[in-house]
Amino acid sequence: MTEGVALLTVFVLAVFVGFEVVSKVSSTLHTPLMSGANAIHGVILVGAVIVAGTADEAGVLVVALIAVVLATLNLVGGFVVTDRMLEMFGARRPEAAAKDGAE
Amino acid sequence: MIAVWAQVCYVVAAVCFILALKGLSSPKTARRGNLVGAFGALLAVVVTFIAYDIDNLGWILLAVAFGAVGGAMGARRVAMTAMPQLVALFNGVGGGAAALVALLELSEPARAGITRPAGFGDDGWFAYSPLAESGGHTESEILRMVDLLSTGTLTATAFTVLIGAVSFSGSTVTFLKLQELMTGRPITFPGGPIVFGAVLVAAVGLGLWAVATGSVTLAIILALVGLLAGVLLVLPVGGADVPIVISLLNAFTGLAVAAGGYVLENALLLVAGTLVGASGTILTRAMAHAMGRSVSSILFGAFKGGSTAGGGEASDRPVRSAGPDDVAIMLAYARKVIVVPGYGLAVAQAQHTIRELVDLLEKRGVEVGYAIHPVAGRMPGHMNVLLAEANIPYEQLLEMDTANGQLRTADVALVVGANDVVNPAARTSPGSPIYGMPILDADHAGAIVFLKRSMRPGFAGIENELLFDPKTTLLFGDAKASLTALVSALKSL
Repeated sequence: MTEGVALLTVFVLAVFVGFEVVSKVSSTLHTPLMSGANAIHGVILVGAVIVAGTADEAGVLVVALIAVVLATLNLVGGFVVTDRMLEMFGARRPEAAAKDGAE
Repeated sequence: MIAVWAQVCYVVAAVCFILALKGLSSPKTARRGNLVGAFGALLAVVVTFIAYDIDNLGWILLAVAFGAVGGAMGARRVAMTAMPQLVALFNGVGGGAAALVALLELSEPARAGITRPAGFGDDGWFAYSPLAESGGHTESEILRMVDLLSTGTLTATAFTVLIGAVSFSGSTVTFLKLQELMTGRPITFPGGPIVFGAVLVAAVGLGLWAVATGSVTLAIILALVGLLAGVLLVLPVGGADVPIVISLLNAFTGLAVAAGGYVLENALLLVAGTLVGASGTILTRAMAHAMGRSVSSILFGAFKGGSTAGGGEASDRPVRSAGPDDVAIMLAYARKVIVVPGYGLAVAQAQHTIRELVDLLEKRGVEVGYAIHPVAGRMPGHMNVLLAEANIPYEQLLEMDTANGQLRTADVALVVGANDVVNPAARTSPGSPIYGMPILDADHAGAIVFLKRSMRPGFAGIENELLFDPKTTLLFGDAKASLTALVSALKSL
């Protein structure tokens, strides 16, 4: 059971890091921060891949592959949409602005 | 146990996630932070493929490709106004994935014919764990499966299944609400809280039963109850509170992933999920605070009772409306104009037209600024993103405190597609559901011009007294059409 206690320790420490790391965030960044955090939990893909990789029955494999697809959607979509939000905060892109303006 | 190098890589990935959250907390480093997070995720996934013994590789890669293309295309193509619901959707599928992973892990010992004696104590059981019935499994595999059936791991499994399911169905409902596939207003029914309470009690009871027996069937029923609980959790939440619930469900998914990490004995999942759970909780509180609400009031009993009575219906009290030419003159001869943009502006895709109008006014020597309410749009910070998309200079975006100072000395407050964020009821009428929410004091300006589609109340469904103020002029029409008319009227002055 020492393995379990080690994981519990990691959990408790991570809680404090999580609290600390976002303690001072301006409301402007609430949406991108939420979206970025949302992308991070898409790393459950790791778990889905492990389970799919040990599946030895068709039914189990199908369910595991569904989990893989869902997790990848979360992971990839999450980071891409966050980047798209933050793109707006960064450097101005004159060519894109001209294109948008022409619409 | 996987190789040491792989575990070290997981530590690197976990550090990347911490740096990502840290970076995302500041405007200068936000984009880099997100990329660091994406790198961490990529590293973790690649390492997993190499370090674990992965069968069915072709199928898995196909599924990953499918999800990656779908996710990236969805994220690229979606209109910026529809972003909140997309985030909700991504959050929901993450929760669903976590629940499925935990269910599959639990099914493993059952399929190998290993069961556990009912009860909560593990003592004595490990001693006679059925090594004899190995059925083609190695000893380490069997020990792993026995461990999956230990009380601690089963508790984590039940937690992941339940919370993952809640997050999945809850996020789906928020998606439907924001996408306007169902009403965005709170849905309540008599006895709703009692039903919800009963479902929660059932979930906890089922969870304990599933832990005591290690039964896959019970865990599946637990997932179904979780789905129901998620729906019931979100249905009574309406209007401007929906984004806060997305943030809360985001934290839920994080915790589900963390518990999933415990089940899989994967420290990376544990750390990543916990980080999201903890930071998501703080973020949810910060968002609720920006609206002058508490999280519990949002979930339980916000916008309850008669507060939304008459919501959605147009009032027939007299108001003063004007044509674009009159409004153009008001704006052109003002010294200072403060624009208050709201979701209506974004829906009408009028960000570029408002910028054109502001440029014209500035050419005439009018001082112009944008007053940004923290929750303008559909999510905190959403409006900043939408205006930045239209290349509106950052310096012109005034945060609430600055904006309220400026509004005091402004000649005209031009409210475009906003309503609740300038409703003085938040300051003056304690009975109002938005009472206490910080607002932009548009009523302090010399005159107020509302560009509105109709007299219908805003997102929160409350009538706005400011519309009937003698200082107020209304210009009816779609935000983009009205702004275009204003621009041409200004040009011909």
